[in-house]
Amino acid sequence: MNQKSDIKYVYLPHTADAKFIAYGRDIEEAFANSALAMSDIVTDHSRVAKKATKDIRCESEDEKSLLYDFLEQFIILLDSEGFLLAGIERLRISHNEKFRLTALASGDTDMSGYEINTAIKAVTYQEMDIIRARERVSIQVVIDI
Amino acid sequence: MKENDIKNIRINKITDFLWEIQPFGKMRVPCRIYATEKMLASMLRDRTIIQGMNVAALPGIQNYSLIMPDGHEGYGFPIGGVAALDYNEGGISPGGIGYDINCGVRLLKCDIPREEISSKISLLLDKAFKYCPAGLGSSNFDINGRDLDSILKNGAAWAVEHGFGVEADLIYCEERGTMAEADPKKVSETARKRGHGQMATLGSGNHFLEIQYVDEIFDKEAAKAFGITSTGQVMFMIHCGSRALGHQVCSDYIRLMEKNFPKILNELPDRELVYAPANSAMAGDYYGAMCAAANFAWCNRHMLAHQLRLAVNEIFGESKIETIYDVAHNIAKIERHSINQTPKKLWVHRKGATRAFGPNATGIPEKYIKAGQPVIIPGSMGTASYLLAGTAFESETFASTAHGAGRTMSRHEAIRNFRGETVAADLKRSGISVKGASMKGIAEEAGAAYKSIDDVISVSHNSNIGRRVARFRPIGVIKG
Repeated sequence: MNQKSDIKYVYLPHTADAKFIAYGRDIEEAFANSALAMSDIVTDHSRVAKKATKDIRCESEDEKSLLYDFLEQFIILLDSEGFLLAGIERLRISHNEKFRLTALASGDTDMSGYEINTAIKAVTYQEMDIIRARERVSIQVVIDI
Repeated sequence: MKENDIKNIRINKITDFLWEIQPFGKMRVPCRIYATEKMLASMLRDRTIIQGMNVAALPGIQNYSLIMPDGHEGYGFPIGGVAALDYNEGGISPGGIGYDINCGVRLLKCDIPREEISSKISLLLDKAFKYCPAGLGSSNFDINGRDLDSILKNGAAWAVEHGFGVEADLIYCEERGTMAEADPKKVSETARKRGHGQMATLGSGNHFLEIQYVDEIFDKEAAKAFGITSTGQVMFMIHCGSRALGHQVCSDYIRLMEKNFPKILNELPDRELVYAPANSAMAGDYYGAMCAAANFAWCNRHMLAHQLRLAVNEIFGESKIETIYDVAHNIAKIERHSINQTPKKLWVHRKGATRAFGPNATGIPEKYIKAGQPVIIPGSMGTASYLLAGTAFESETFASTAHGAGRTMSRHEAIRNFRGETVAADLKRSGISVKGASMKGIAEEAGAAYKSIDDVISVSHNSNIGRRVARFRPIGVIKG
């Protein structure tokens, strides 16, 4: 593995909101890193304790809408249960007619004790891109905050 | 339309403040931009103009796709965009309203002298921050499922019925704080779950609650009609929206429309332009849900004002705090406007644009009938805000004008360039106290990251789409 592929994600300038590119050796890893990149807008995920787990399941009509629906799960969990994401395991993507995703998310449902930067309004399709290059998948997303 | 196309656009100058792009390609109507040459140049640097041209290609669009002076790049539609689609041949697009449904502004006047407020500003900010939580802070109210249904149906009227605020708060509010077409059944369980614990909270991003004073009065007569009589008079401004409930309604319906109208989606240059065609069940469902989210927002601003009154009264004793007006700046309305001298029923989308009904228009409070509708335009944190009035030239823009300053610097860049503590200390030196949920949030909203509000207002005033009435400056800010 070269040094470059160790980078999980980078943030890019965006006038009103938050934009990032997340990387992975495969689509699954890139999806998982996208979720971590989005969670870092709220609070540093590496400081979040793994006290609770959540089953994540999505079914969507194409790859981009799957990414939209997948990331949205974490906004819903944050607003309705106060769930802060720490890590993602066992992320699987399959598709025949529909695109399906399953994963296990771990984190903390007690927000006290963490520095919270901002809430998140929504995932957007703006400039959303999933690019497959040799041995690396890059995902670009703009998040409305 | 893609970025490369922008090299070939011909922009015609109509006045110093108005520009036009004639229809070409898929555009059905021209795209009109209200801006100075300098502002136009800044809009050309990102996708603002391309997005405005994409909107011009939507079916049933009337007259022009409009970009207000604070226009900047949004999702699908530009922010600062106005588009009126034929009620029978057009449609309704969640992207033309935005994720924060009925994000808007409430302005209240207060009879306590400025000096007295200034002397206890820290105390007031601390208390108001407790009563009006910001960031991810949780609500002071425990709203049950039945109450939530009633809020979604009745908006701010729910609050008055339950003893929060007064009837006059409803009279001086766009739509009297209630969209009658609201259909709570069309709001998903997920949206309810996200918004449930957020009644009477400010949220984050660019939302704020400010304590301001009147800095200058430009139009004495209109100002008087709005209850503004002298410089120095204390004002409160509340800028927020429908919180997570509204955000989820928007994404729910973008996803539903994508799934239901794949053919429409295929023909659009941008997924977030997806719309429900007029007369489809989905158009009615989304409008019902959007109105319900708008009602949540009106109830939210109304409840925040109530909470603010409690905070002020606890410190200063019983005082008079009256609503001047409350406007929505992310919303779609069914309105009638004259197209080629014939009145036409339209879906008017205002995304980052404020309704600005002129004098004698139906739907504005009796007391304001001569002055026109009050239009409240918040500046960025720590800078001036303005009160405008609608004009008789409302037909040019489907009775709409700007809604704010508009960012020029990314949040990320702002965090790199400014430290929250320094921004707060600088503001303090210029007489503005700031309290925020996070220091990072304060850095993100640094005034230097925004366009000048004065330029936006002068374009609105000089092009007669919203005339200047008064300017306010802050003394205390609660940043969401």
